[in-house]
Amino acid sequence: MTQPRRPVNPSLAIPPSVRGMALTRRGFLRSAALGGALVGVPGLLSACGGDDGGGGGGGDSVTMGMNEAGDIPPAQRLRAMAEAFTQESGIDVQLNEVEHNTFQENINTYLQGNPDDVFTWFAGFRMNQFAEQGLIQDISDVWPIDGINDAFREASTASDGNQYFVPKDYYPWAVFYRRSVFEDNGWAPPTTLDELNTLMKDMQSADVVPFAFGDKDGWPAMGTFDILNMRINGFDFHMNLMAGEEAWDSAEVKQVFDTWRGLLPYHQTDPLGRTWQEAAEAMGRGDAGMYLLGTFVIDAIPNVDDLDFFTFPELDSSIGAGALDAPIDGFCLSAGAENVEGAKEFLAFLGTAEAQDAANENADAPMISANENASTDTYTDLQKKSVEVVSAAENIAQFLDRDTRADFASTVMIPSLQSFLQNPDDIDGVTRSIQEQKVSIFGS
Amino acid sequence: MSQAQPTAPAPPDPGPEDATTTRVKAPRKRLGPRDRAVVVTMVTIPTVFVVGLVWLPALGSLVLSFASWSGIGGFDTIEWVGGKNYQDIVNIYPPFWPAIQHNIIWLLFLVVGPTVLGILLAVILDRELRGSRLYQTAFFMPVVLSLALIGFIWQLFYSRDQGLLNAVLGTEVDWYGDPDINLWAVLVATAWRHTGYIMLIYLAGLKGVDDTLREASAIDGAGEVKTFFSVVFPVMRPINLIVVVIVVIESLRAFDIVWVVNQGRNGLELIAALVTSNVVGEASRIGFGSALAVIMMVISSVFITIYLRVVMKDEEAR
Repeated sequence: MTQPRRPVNPSLAIPPSVRGMALTRRGFLRSAALGGALVGVPGLLSACGGDDGGGGGGGDSVTMGMNEAGDIPPAQRLRAMAEAFTQESGIDVQLNEVEHNTFQENINTYLQGNPDDVFTWFAGFRMNQFAEQGLIQDISDVWPIDGINDAFREASTASDGNQYFVPKDYYPWAVFYRRSVFEDNGWAPPTTLDELNTLMKDMQSADVVPFAFGDKDGWPAMGTFDILNMRINGFDFHMNLMAGEEAWDSAEVKQVFDTWRGLLPYHQTDPLGRTWQEAAEAMGRGDAGMYLLGTFVIDAIPNVDDLDFFTFPELDSSIGAGALDAPIDGFCLSAGAENVEGAKEFLAFLGTAEAQDAANENADAPMISANENASTDTYTDLQKKSVEVVSAAENIAQFLDRDTRADFASTVMIPSLQSFLQNPDDIDGVTRSIQEQKVSIFGS
Repeated sequence: MSQAQPTAPAPPDPGPEDATTTRVKAPRKRLGPRDRAVVVTMVTIPTVFVVGLVWLPALGSLVLSFASWSGIGGFDTIEWVGGKNYQDIVNIYPPFWPAIQHNIIWLLFLVVGPTVLGILLAVILDRELRGSRLYQTAFFMPVVLSLALIGFIWQLFYSRDQGLLNAVLGTEVDWYGDPDINLWAVLVATAWRHTGYIMLIYLAGLKGVDDTLREASAIDGAGEVKTFFSVVFPVMRPINLIVVVIVVIESLRAFDIVWVVNQGRNGLELIAALVTSNVVGEASRIGFGSALAVIMMVISSVFITIYLRVVMKDEEAR
């Protein structure tokens, strides 16, 4: 391959005459995502103004880029929110639906090309990165949002002290299990390391693998690293490590890997060839007793009513079990937005309980609304419990690949965690390699 | 996402007749203004394309390989780091050496495995056995599928817990997850497609071999095997060259299938996959990825140079 895939940023290096191609490509993605039927080229249409929005307020339509597409609950939720906004304000929302991974992979090009006014994104470090790079706009004037508490406000605030994000919903990472399996065997959720050890041994003697585990996709193991690090070294150390301020070959990090090595015999073997769905099914069948994953685990398990979870038990009593991963999804305003005023009106609406209710009523999803005032009537037991668990948490992390640099997470951490899982005995080698690459990427 | 080198398969050999006609026509009259305009256009347009789409990006990636850049912000945000990217790749980037090794294995495997098998199949099918159309279709079927799709299909066989292979064999082999095995598992899947491809090209070539050659060789008392190696194979030289080029290109640009399986990690590292995971996507290590791309370009150039030398010698020999 002689050509780099993206040698230089198209919007910068390509003369304006050619730049239109980016639009064509985007238009293509868009229509591909929609099966080519629903929308032609809304990017162009939106420039024509009012459309049939008619009603009140803005007049001009607002565009939104979504990292979900198709007939799946996350996409249905976003569509419902947009419709509710149009009904209330009379402002049309043009949706640009893109399949999740495609959206993620193209995010840099997308934001520097012709981004939609509003787009779906993640809170915390990744939002802050875009804010510092000037790819998203300050939206502190839509804050405060009624019903959204300080923890979310903090997660929506960039390093300059302004808000750049409106939270939509979130979900916790926890240890899932089947209630009936636990009841039949007389097992109970462990709260300490000793109880966990006893439980794992019990399970093994009952021919049940204690933990389902799959890391073919590379990211699920990050959840295990996160929780072990937060339990062993505490939330602050974890966040500093993520921010590049601690060394990866430190005694603390080595201890995390060492503990993990001790737990691996209680996990399903050969995790690197197994997807998280296959691992979840192993727990669904009862072959495995527990599974540490996000609540999206329900997508791969048929008997959801039987499902329950607990937060990962404490490993060190001086640290406790107060921290967990609970990634927050939400919205940002792109720097290249055309209809800033309309977009802000839309963003303000997206944060309201009303918008969240519209989403919850129109699609089943394991997520919990960020807005406290959102109705919990449609919530399943799992969601209700998620609310409890997350509200009780002292500290909330976003997840390894959202709390640190994207390049570090994907090109260093995924291969490194996989090589650790392949060869758990070489902790010194793995940590040294991570540290060397971390220094090269972070510059210190 | 074409990663193919711009080397078109061997340029169509001008047949002896064409050559003579041009030779006769050429000095007859000077080109009129209209013809000249046509010639100029026909030269300019491809040149612009080649320079703009091949040389400039290649040069750009060479330049960027000495930079550290996230791809965000203007050119002034580019930080020049000299040869650091190359140093890092060689010294502290664990997937690099495995990737080189895997690309070489890929090449060798394609040559000794599916290519030879494809040629053998072509020779057998060329004998017009009963039902040879059916066999042709069966062997060629995988070729119309993209490698990405093939990765999905074989996932159904290879899945450790739910795959057909482990279910039938009663084993618990982690075909796609065990780094000692997964490369071979993927190569088998690739071979499934590659064999049909080579077979088709070779079959087309064999159909073009003059039957009188075979007859003459038979009259001289040569057996089937001897006829193939001493008569047919040398006559097929242009096709053989195309096959070599295709195999080399296929193994250098091998990417889709490992990307589908596990994004080219954990035993399936390939240079093209490393370039992709560093440059495309959220990572955006433009400089680092460009350095990998340059390394890949250098390796490709070696093969291209060899190929061009062979082809040019051929031309001279005419």
